[in-house]
Amino acid sequence: MTHIPFNQQLLNACAALLLLLSFAMLSQRRIVSLVSLYAVQGAVLAVATLLLAWRTGEGNLYLSAFLTISLKVAFLPWLLHRLIRRLQVYWDTEPLLNISGTMLIGIVIVVFAFGLAQPITQLASTSMRNAIGIAVAVVLLAFLMMITRRKAMSQVVGFLSMENGLFFGAMSATYGMPMIIELGVALDILVAVLVLGVFFFQIREQFDSLDLHHLERLSERQ
Amino acid sequence: MRLGPLIAQALEIAVALAAAPLFVGWVNQCRAWLANRSAPSMLLPYRNIRKLFHKDAVLAQNASPLFRIAPYVVFGAMVVAAAIIPSLAGRLPLVVAADAIALVGLFATARVFLSLAAMDVGTAFGTLGARREMMIGFLAEPALLMVIFVASLISATTALPAISAHLASEHLVIDPSLAFTAIAFTLVLLAENARIPVDNPATHLELTMIHEAMLLEYSARHLALMEWASALRLFNYACIGFALFVPWGIAARDIGPLGLTLAIPLLALKLAAAGAGLAVIETVSAKLRVMRAPEFLATAFLFAVLGLLVHVLLGGA
Repeated sequence: MTHIPFNQQLLNACAALLLLLSFAMLSQRRIVSLVSLYAVQGAVLAVATLLLAWRTGEGNLYLSAFLTISLKVAFLPWLLHRLIRRLQVYWDTEPLLNISGTMLIGIVIVVFAFGLAQPITQLASTSMRNAIGIAVAVVLLAFLMMITRRKAMSQVVGFLSMENGLFFGAMSATYGMPMIIELGVALDILVAVLVLGVFFFQIREQFDSLDLHHLERLSERQ
Repeated sequence: MRLGPLIAQALEIAVALAAAPLFVGWVNQCRAWLANRSAPSMLLPYRNIRKLFHKDAVLAQNASPLFRIAPYVVFGAMVVAAAIIPSLAGRLPLVVAADAIALVGLFATARVFLSLAAMDVGTAFGTLGARREMMIGFLAEPALLMVIFVASLISATTALPAISAHLASEHLVIDPSLAFTAIAFTLVLLAENARIPVDNPATHLELTMIHEAMLLEYSARHLALMEWASALRLFNYACIGFALFVPWGIAARDIGPLGLTLAIPLLALKLAAAGAGLAVIETVSAKLRVMRAPEFLATAFLFAVLGLLVHVLLGGA
């Protein structure tokens, strides 16, 4: 094995940790822990961004690391925790599939994602191109989480985790998106979570629960 | 054939036989300290085995010959496993004779005989223990094999001494795939050796027993062999862990007196640390419901597979 620089080792470790955290979120039944795991995922992402910024010397990566920390590690988890307290939702109901089954599907998805990322990996010229597969896997695992969960709260965390995956993918394929797009995405997420927070209250007022299968029937009749 | 390797091999088996009960005693002592109890003597497992050897064996009336030979088969399998695992040195006659997959098969043989013997007499508890053991075994085995496959992929061989020699010779890098497999291996170790999150080795409540329930019908020398075999199993698992994840200090080439005298204190040091770590894990975790055990082992399998995938993707970086 060729010798890998220490910085690259740390980046690889961060990528592996992101994948692990995705699986941890997939298996987590408690919403409070889910939000904490999301914050940890954000923190790992910020560390990876900082390492990459230090390595490549790209100034705007520092900025996006700062954005990640302030938004995904501090503000959004705080907002979600506050919503959980206000709405009194601490547990997700039993997910549609049992946990072990979801995990096995998750493994298949990771293999699929790695295959999917293979052509992109060959095209990219960054030092982190091997991590693109992990980024795709994180996105797809977040999808899986949104599919298998019933409560609106876990689905929102899945949505946010998906954005983490996209961010990581952009970082490993092209050393980050242009600053203007990054700012736009960050603003989008912020607004989305704020709006969804209002939505939660509306959903609960209508149906007395945050279980989204009440929304499947679109008729006026009760 | 030269005499030196044979003596070294005999020494390795002797060390395993002697150290296994002591290792169990050490884990029990650490657990007692952590629970703020006064600890039993570390030599208690030896005394227990000696006491049991001096008693007269009692057999159930409807016990078949299988019930009687099972302890010898299980104990024999564990001794052979101890001879195969490179705990002290890498190039011993028996160590190079079988690879890691044969080793897993050896553990499976022991498990099958133990379960058959437990069902042989036909008591409710024995059957219950055997069925639970098989449930855990068939889930733990793929996870263990997957752990070995990751190590084999990294070093391109399934022979344990070659794997540990390869891993010991590498640069010290942060390898996430090895870290994941180490976690998976720890979970498998806990499940396979009837340690706390899955089974409680100190339980007296038959309904929650797994391993102990299978030994309820045994007495005297048979029970002594079974207990010694389970101590050996724990020792063997610890040594597999050392060979894969802390391979430094195993005498890879030099099997002369110098290499071995260096390897023995290092092994003792690693065992002491591993025993303390095991005691900490057992103290901080609560026993799982039996129906949660598949989830526990699915997690182990997941960690091992993640290790494999991460290695395939990032290994070439």
